[in-house]
Amino acid sequence: MALSRLASSSSSSRSADLLKPLCSAISLRRPISTDTTPITVETSVPFTSHQCDTPSRSVQTNAKELLTFFRDMALMRRMEIAADSLYKAKLIRGFCHLYDGQEAVAVGMEASITKKDCIIAAYRDHCTFVARGGTLLEVFAELMGRQAGCSRGKGGSMHFYKKDSNFYGGHGIVGAQVPLGCGLAFAQKYSKDEAVTFALYGDGAANQGQLFEALNISALWDLPAILVCENNHYGMGTAEWRAAKSPAYYKRGDYAPGLKVDGMDALAVKQACTFAKEHALKNGPIILEMDTYRYHGHSMSDPGSTYRTRDEITGVRQERDPVERIRKLILSHDLATEKELKDIEKEIRKEVDDAIAQAKENPLPESSELFTNVYAKGLGVESFGADRKEVRAVLP
Amino acid sequence: MAATFHGVGATVAALSSSSSSSSSSSSSSSSSPSNSFGSKILLSSPSRSFSVRKRASFTMVRSEGSMNFDLNFKGRRAQQLIANAVATKADSSPASSSSKPGHELLLFEALREGLEEEMERDPRVCVMGEDVGHYGGSYKVTKGLATKFGDLRVLDTPIAENSFTGMGIGAAMTGLRPVVEGMNMGFLLLAFNQISNNCGMLHYTSGGQFTIPIVIRGPGGVGRQLGAEHSQRLESYFQSIPGIQMVACSTPYNAKGLMKAAIRSENPVILFEHVLLYNLKERIPDEDYICNLEEAEMVRPGEHVTILTYSRMRYHVMQAAKTLVNKGYDPGVIDIRSLKPFDLYTIGNSVKKTHRVLIVEECMRTGGIGASLIAAITENFDDYLDAPIMCLSSQDVPTPYAGTLEEWTVVQPAQIVAAVEQLCQ
Repeated sequence: MALSRLASSSSSSRSADLLKPLCSAISLRRPISTDTTPITVETSVPFTSHQCDTPSRSVQTNAKELLTFFRDMALMRRMEIAADSLYKAKLIRGFCHLYDGQEAVAVGMEASITKKDCIIAAYRDHCTFVARGGTLLEVFAELMGRQAGCSRGKGGSMHFYKKDSNFYGGHGIVGAQVPLGCGLAFAQKYSKDEAVTFALYGDGAANQGQLFEALNISALWDLPAILVCENNHYGMGTAEWRAAKSPAYYKRGDYAPGLKVDGMDALAVKQACTFAKEHALKNGPIILEMDTYRYHGHSMSDPGSTYRTRDEITGVRQERDPVERIRKLILSHDLATEKELKDIEKEIRKEVDDAIAQAKENPLPESSELFTNVYAKGLGVESFGADRKEVRAVLP
Repeated sequence: MAATFHGVGATVAALSSSSSSSSSSSSSSSSSPSNSFGSKILLSSPSRSFSVRKRASFTMVRSEGSMNFDLNFKGRRAQQLIANAVATKADSSPASSSSKPGHELLLFEALREGLEEEMERDPRVCVMGEDVGHYGGSYKVTKGLATKFGDLRVLDTPIAENSFTGMGIGAAMTGLRPVVEGMNMGFLLLAFNQISNNCGMLHYTSGGQFTIPIVIRGPGGVGRQLGAEHSQRLESYFQSIPGIQMVACSTPYNAKGLMKAAIRSENPVILFEHVLLYNLKERIPDEDYICNLEEAEMVRPGEHVTILTYSRMRYHVMQAAKTLVNKGYDPGVIDIRSLKPFDLYTIGNSVKKTHRVLIVEECMRTGGIGASLIAAITENFDDYLDAPIMCLSSQDVPTPYAGTLEEWTVVQPAQIVAAVEQLCQ
């Protein structure tokens, strides 16, 4: 089709970003996708709450938002599946934790907040990074350890950061990001930012003591911290009921209110996050439990089928898949045809392939990069040899 | 008081009457933990040597090694010959145009002054720790700051080191400059993950996007019968963490200077204080100054041996130095101050002169700062060494409670004297 011819004529060095205006140019020809007339949708299940009111089940959305959701989630899905193949081709090494199945959390959260709000996550961060504005090239280059990666190739899969859009990573040690997140909320309160911090963690991390410590301090100091438990029901290979005496993670804040949300429904996530942001700015910390699911194993070295049945995985995929839900919504509200959605998916596939090709071309970091960014330059810090003349490493 | 000084030193002791009388009065105050006879020696002797040094050195914030110790040396010599030392200015001090002699204070007050000045200067500086706010700090370092700056800048935390250190680091990622206090350095073991992985490594793993301008400080070291868990020396555990800087203060002058430099630094700095040094008294300059974080301090230049030390052991070394001088040796003493990275330049210059090195530290034998220092010096200055490096460290045991046993865990001046004699044979 016309788009693919246009796209294929672009050289491989053109960044993946250039394809975006082409796509939106095409969608602009269809008036309904920029349509912002409100559509009201009911969430799949009602919210359950602990020590607070529940937000309404009816969510306001519009065609533009739904199509954006579809596009973003399909992009994330495609990106994660591509990462899977790259890992098997040994271009990505080490640890690779994939987020497919959980896209609705990243996308719904982003729709409810601004770039002034901070998000901090654990190691399953590829999609959250993209939702915060990261490009595909940055993702794939970082995964392959190249210079164009978001952390210059020095972080890897578990260390994606984007400072200008307040995405604070990207952390490998389970649970350690939650005190950091509460620190971000403290800084926001200190600087009177009127913004909130979302600290994401998993059902496995929910049993970490530092979480409760941080929650206690946040509640004492009235910090705008929102602790989001992305409950995919398995902490690596251990099911939640085997790891937690009380798997009702939204209730475990005790004095802190909590909300349980269907994490496979992007609109429910958006509604809950909007509610939580309002709540946190007024009343201090709140816990959100996102009931979600991951199709892949914990990481690429985990097949994901030794501790759960394939039937369970396919069952969730058939009944609760986030991308499918949005697709059905779009089709039932006549916002786009089946073919148009398939075209968007084809575009996305191409975008991902181009980004991968570009990332593969990208060089590995120089050896001098080994010593950069160990210390920040300040007060004349330089790394000296014993005679103060030989500079062993040039620090930026 | 005169009885605490030996031999030739007695005249000098009598000379510096103003500073040592004030220091011994401070040591006799009941609230200080260092009340015993042994500590009087520790407290009096440093103020004697520093009352000269500080007059010469406050014009130099970043000292070039040679200039610094020449002035010190001349100044001290002048002191020994003059009958009334108090009013005499050091002869060749350059631009000491300031007629203000500075002000006298205790080490914890110097830390507080440094902290207060930085908090006034930069609204992003905040302090968090246990009992730092309303209580005023368990060692009074933050006394009065909460009333002055408010609860949002001087924060009392619950007893949750792991999380409040993490919170400090998270706040630092956004640009705030928190000063996290561990009530005792040993408690920071609970925050080791945050310090190692997040504090040290975030600048690197984010490709330079985030800097962590945090200061983590607290008292450590062997105190007076505080027990094993409260007498820990964490510098040996933290020294391998890439991305952090470690400094150890030992006098009010460098305590204030290092505190200020640490707060202004863009890198995470761990400032090691010592429980027994908080009541040291010294006269420090009135004007704004900082001490270079990566620089060592030449305490006493010498020809026969280079003694490297830091924190409290500096005082044991200076006491041993007096004995050694009486026995005819000329020990050079360097307070390394910067534990990570080592100031190999100053150390190297001294090694090239003396060819013998003795390290006196309070860390354990295994894996301590001394062990790393031996490796660093051997690697770089092997050609200049006439004898193998000797290292006196604490014993590899948990610090016992009984006073006599505790004394034997730590290096004593007599052992230092014996070691130097052995080294200089």
